[in-house]
Amino acid sequence: MSRPDPAHHHLSPARLLDVDPLLEDPQTRIVVCCGSGGVGKTTTAAALGLRAAERGRKVVVLTIDPARRLAQSMGIDSLDNTPRRVKGIDETAGGELHAMMLDMKRTFDEIVEAHADRERAAAILGNPFYQSLSAGFAGTQEYMAMEKLGQLRARDEWDLIVVDTPPSRSALDFLDAPKRLGSFLDGRLIRLLTAPAKLGGRAGMKFLNVGMSMMTGTLGKLLGGQLLKDVQTFVSAMDTTFGGFRTRADATYKLLQAPGTAFLVVAAPERDALREAAYFVERLAAEDMPLAGLVLNRVHGSGADGLSAERALAAAENLEEPRIVDQEDGKALLRNSPDAQDSSGSPTPGTPALASAPEGGSPTEHAEDTEPSGDAEHAEDTERSVDRLTAGLLRLHADRMQLLSREQRTRDRFTALHPEVAVTEVAALPGDVHDLAGLRDIGDRLAADARELPDPADRTEAPEASA
Amino acid sequence: MSRLQVVSGKGGTGKTTVAAALALALATEGKRTLLVEVEGRQGIAQLFETEALPYEERKIAVAPGGGEVYALAIDPELALLDYLQMFYKLGSAGRALKKLGAIDFATTIAPGLRDVLLTGKACEAVRRKERSGRFAYDYVVMDAPPTGRITRFLNVNDEVAGLAKIGPIHNQAQAVMRVLKSPETAVHLVTLLEEMPVQETVDGIAELRSARLPVGRIIVNMVRPEVLDETDLELLRTVPRSTVARSLSSAGLGGARRGGHAERLVDPLLTQADEYAERYTLEHEQRAVLAEVGLPLHELPLFAEGMDLAGLYELARELREQGVS
Repeated sequence: MSRPDPAHHHLSPARLLDVDPLLEDPQTRIVVCCGSGGVGKTTTAAALGLRAAERGRKVVVLTIDPARRLAQSMGIDSLDNTPRRVKGIDETAGGELHAMMLDMKRTFDEIVEAHADRERAAAILGNPFYQSLSAGFAGTQEYMAMEKLGQLRARDEWDLIVVDTPPSRSALDFLDAPKRLGSFLDGRLIRLLTAPAKLGGRAGMKFLNVGMSMMTGTLGKLLGGQLLKDVQTFVSAMDTTFGGFRTRADATYKLLQAPGTAFLVVAAPERDALREAAYFVERLAAEDMPLAGLVLNRVHGSGADGLSAERALAAAENLEEPRIVDQEDGKALLRNSPDAQDSSGSPTPGTPALASAPEGGSPTEHAEDTEPSGDAEHAEDTERSVDRLTAGLLRLHADRMQLLSREQRTRDRFTALHPEVAVTEVAALPGDVHDLAGLRDIGDRLAADARELPDPADRTEAPEASA
Repeated sequence: MSRLQVVSGKGGTGKTTVAAALALALATEGKRTLLVEVEGRQGIAQLFETEALPYEERKIAVAPGGGEVYALAIDPELALLDYLQMFYKLGSAGRALKKLGAIDFATTIAPGLRDVLLTGKACEAVRRKERSGRFAYDYVVMDAPPTGRITRFLNVNDEVAGLAKIGPIHNQAQAVMRVLKSPETAVHLVTLLEEMPVQETVDGIAELRSARLPVGRIIVNMVRPEVLDETDLELLRTVPRSTVARSLSSAGLGGARRGGHAERLVDPLLTQADEYAERYTLEHEQRAVLAEVGLPLHELPLFAEGMDLAGLYELARELREQGVS
């Protein structure tokens, strides 16, 4: 066993992702965090934004659905769809941090208001079909996130925009929604709904003609006359005002492909999360989206990783055996503590002896670290409790080592499939993060992986993160 | 026992696993259950270690005591064509709709139509009867969308019924809503003993309740074993390092003296224990938060080696023992 290693368990084969140069590079204008649900995407986006701001950049973080306390800590718990400056950050490097929470419906409303004259805007906003669509159609959130990103980028007020992506059903949604909406609005169905008569005369559409009357009839039958009318009104209003919908969707899409954009895939070292991550990686490559790397959250480490799970368990069992057995086995010699003698009349571990432990374990007595003396029974009880605790510590360690090797295996599988992807690991925290100090800590952890060895002092500070 | 059991939960809490285990648990004693997947992720196929599921009901497991679990991964596009075919005999018109992008529109873009199809299909399976008059499935278990979307997902038919005020869609939507809001349905939420999932669960329950959707149980998943108890943690706060070192040494892990093998293990082991203690406290707080909701609360153990088919049967047994089925 070597000297205790820092808590961070290191990745051997993969390339390491160095987030600081990425965040500091003035060429980096957009960072998109994507990944499956529950892997810490929002926290990662916020931590990256904070780190970049404290390194002198003017940053805006666009979050979709932050945990309440995280939002509160950043001062964006009110949903007003406007970036708010985050207080309490270190601005000595000249940076600023702004944050906003996406309000889907309002973003949609804003687009309508910006692109239609007042009367038409009112007609659209009041349309029941629109009201339902703007709040909840599949892909609205994705589309509106993209739209907001485009808007923020166009304002050119920030050096860096960090985007958190919606918790999508699948990776496809985020990239596909804008295109899908665009193609729908440009599509034949729209033209059919808006002006069914026009279609009839066209050559090449004849086969449709047959189905056409059946179609409109069917739609009417299916949807009910009123809804069809609502849809038609909506669609024709949208059509005239949203002429450039597709153009804008395309522009945002191109923005994502541009060199100033960096995608970070966020995952946890678990089978499902990494499978999804691999899928994201493949998808991004297929779409020519610039992938900066993988952020692997919640990676466990151990300062005692020289002690294997097996040995720890064996030692724990050794401690839990009634000591009389040790003596019979002649193993009593292992117990080199001076007060290791036992009497067969003593209570077995795990029974009433334990009840006296707290009483006998008053802080002063133990903190002084004196040899138990005098009352032999008492000393024995104390020792039994300590042995029991130590056995627990060893079992805890065995669990940790098993977790470590499982995480390692999962990660190795990913790196074998995608050796080209740079990875940074973030050590697991025991609690949730919901303040700036916690985000700063995550930021340090995000950046630490690229260094040779993280400062061991980081470890002792870790528990404060959730204080 | 409700015949439609909807399982939701925050992403990453293992709701697909719990849904699958529940389907197995409900299938014991010769019952037949249908496990329905609505999000197109093929999570069920992966869990049961079979190839990707097509859009068809297929037997994927046999439960103890002769029960059967069928699975269905609903493809909204096929479900719509299916539905049009069934109700309107739309052969060629269906294809024309498809060419126009109408099917794509309906299943991916139109407000909630996709969700109407998904819930509609599940309710159809609940109501379906065999010629003998027996229900085709004793239970239908749905691996539903995550907590953040579940109320909207289940309530979509209300919204649609409001949009389409007359016509077959209106009727269909209302019929689905009748099943979903009745005691025939129970919505269970899966969570972990962590702050965010618990908060989301509490919020989700409030939403479901205000939408008058029947909330069933809270299932706490991946509960870690209690390695150290209150007594140990109490001692942990005061125990001298040297005592632990000696104890480690007596267990055969080297010298207890400063710089000795056992002595050098003390700090890292205590650090790990402190992390455990912190989590232990957090978990207790979260348990208390969940207890306040006033729903039946169940806990399922974490499988350190990850979930596999054997683990799934284990969870099913656990659910049965806890009286969930």
